[in-house]
Amino acid sequence: MRRKRTLGGLAAGLAAVLALAACGSDGGSSGSDASTTGTGAKLTPVKLQLQWFTQAQFAGYIAAKEKGFYRDAGLDVKLLEGGTDIVPQTVLAQGQADFAVAWVPKALASREQGAQITDIAQIFQRSGTRQVSFADAGISGPADLKGKKVGNWGFGNEYELFAGMTKAGLDPGKDVTLVQQQFDMNALLSGDIDAAQAMSYNEYAQVLEAKNPKTGELYKPSDFTVVDWNDVGTAMLQDAVWASTDKLQNDRAYQQTATKFLTGSLRGWIYCRDHAQECRDLVVAAGSKLGASHQLWQTNEVNKLVWPSPEGIGMVDKAAWDRTVQIARATKNADGQTVLTKAPEGLAYTNQYVEQALSALKGDGVDVTGSSFKPLTVTLNPGGG
Amino acid sequence: MTDAALSTAAAATVAGPATGATPTGDPAGPDPLGLPPRRQAAGVAARDRLRRGVLALVALVLLCAVWEGYKAVGSPQGTRLWGAPVLPRTTDAAMPHVWSVLAELGRPELSLRDDRTVGESVLRGMWFSLRVALAGFGVGVGVGVLLAVAMARLRVLERGLLPYVIASQTIPLVALAPLVAGWGGRLHLGGLAWQRWMSVALIAAYLAFFPVAVGMLRGLQAPAAESVELMRSYAASWWQTLIRLRLPASVPYLMPALRLAAASAVIGTVVAEISTGTRGGVGRLIIDYSMSASSDATRLYDAVLGAAAIGLVMAAAVALLEAAVGRRWGRHA
Repeated sequence: MRRKRTLGGLAAGLAAVLALAACGSDGGSSGSDASTTGTGAKLTPVKLQLQWFTQAQFAGYIAAKEKGFYRDAGLDVKLLEGGTDIVPQTVLAQGQADFAVAWVPKALASREQGAQITDIAQIFQRSGTRQVSFADAGISGPADLKGKKVGNWGFGNEYELFAGMTKAGLDPGKDVTLVQQQFDMNALLSGDIDAAQAMSYNEYAQVLEAKNPKTGELYKPSDFTVVDWNDVGTAMLQDAVWASTDKLQNDRAYQQTATKFLTGSLRGWIYCRDHAQECRDLVVAAGSKLGASHQLWQTNEVNKLVWPSPEGIGMVDKAAWDRTVQIARATKNADGQTVLTKAPEGLAYTNQYVEQALSALKGDGVDVTGSSFKPLTVTLNPGGG
Repeated sequence: MTDAALSTAAAATVAGPATGATPTGDPAGPDPLGLPPRRQAAGVAARDRLRRGVLALVALVLLCAVWEGYKAVGSPQGTRLWGAPVLPRTTDAAMPHVWSVLAELGRPELSLRDDRTVGESVLRGMWFSLRVALAGFGVGVGVGVLLAVAMARLRVLERGLLPYVIASQTIPLVALAPLVAGWGGRLHLGGLAWQRWMSVALIAAYLAFFPVAVGMLRGLQAPAAESVELMRSYAASWWQTLIRLRLPASVPYLMPALRLAAASAVIGTVVAEISTGTRGGVGRLIIDYSMSASSDATRLYDAVLGAAAIGLVMAAAVALLEAAVGRRWGRHA
């Protein structure tokens, strides 16, 4: 009966392996659903889908959670991290999250394909996308990109660049060599491309954290020229809070939750404006692996995209919205495609909930415009450490 | 017909033509004497294992030497042939020294949280990913074996299922991952909410079940017609034939399939972690560290080495299993 025992042993072994994996991994998951508070008040559970891993780009939401602003508003908010293949607006449209952070053009494209979602707060008033090149390449505006090797990420991240080049009279398909870019900035630093796409709060910091082999010291901002699409006039709106259109129109409880959620989130962003250092620490404590100086840089740069908010933080500026839609409809990418084929239909954005949140905050005497906001001067360390 | 008689009959068939044509490529071949002298075999096996260990070390040292050698003589700008890169750059950013990669393991991961070094972080990530990969491997092997048995039982199932089993592997992981990840918060397994690591394990299982199903099916069908007819002449039921003849005959096919499945489970785990952004594992570390790779790629290499090490651990576990099973079946593995 030897054989039987062996098979039994195999089965037992497999079972043990499964059990081990099952018990063990529970502790490792990033669970944070403690829904009980000291006061015993019943909190409404809310899930927010982020676009990427925990980093200072989402500092306001992290601060609102850690500083208890959501709890004060009666919410128990769980932040869902993104990944390379997680599309926040799809997660929202499928009902797996209550709210999502997503860029406006991408979310509008999903809307056109049927996602029932609405922009309820435009947190970032400005675009963080830049085109970075070495100063000696002489690229001070989009017209100078002619004949150069121009890096871009594709996947809908390239439209500001293409609109900028078109505005400067270039044909992006003929006048430049387009190069698909990786996450890192090695292609620019090693000279494979002349101008690289970069977010002011992430990739641009990466080049400033790298050593210049000629001097043995870190690269300086003066080593580079940066094309800012906000200045060129082809900037598109980015990080916004999106909600379910259907529930906004039919679910009274969800409407109230939306206002509460925005009140807490805006408080978080306002806190990060006034306490950048502490917010950085909160982001690091929340599990970000990016270095400390990099994360402070990111907090500061993100603050610059949010503040000042002349109409109040989160308000959708109609001019910026219309420009975003116009570029999304008119600008063709390398494949000849536009983001949108027609104007957004239905409730694409609303200021209703953010106005309610803002009036609550103003009632508390909070500064919601940040008109006197002064950014920090952040010194980056090698590797962002 | 008694169990004991069936056992003897099955043992005869297994030791007969069925094992002659195993795909394991046993260098010694079937022992001509029938029964191998156990003790001597054990001594040979130990020496063989030692030799293999030393060879693996030598290969590792050679690999490092080639890396450093190319770094010393290669062009810092890399080599291009008609514009296409054929040899990588040798700068520290692209190819860090072996010792800098090792030294990075001892450095603190974050200057703010000085409690953890990069090495500790990679080890923790490995432990997490290893468990998820094992879970995926276990589920994948289970599903693969069941599918194979079902297909061996019913010809109709084999005809109907096998094309889909093969087609399943052509679906790109990037299309599958967000779908499975989306189950989070929707599925409940008897009060237990679906966790993200389960999505990752499921994707690992999806990759792991395939070689097992195909290899096992081949193994179950391996016994020669005369062996099957012998069982039939004993009036053995299908179930008895499966236990006494087909399962033992499938072992030599199952083992290489398990090795493939183990490797697939690790790949599936790491890729799914990246794709779904699941925190805690090596896949996530690879993406985390790659975001600071513009200035310093040593960490990225540490995380990649961690992923490779998980593969080695899984392969070693399968080899141990193989040795154990081989001993039971009287074959020197």
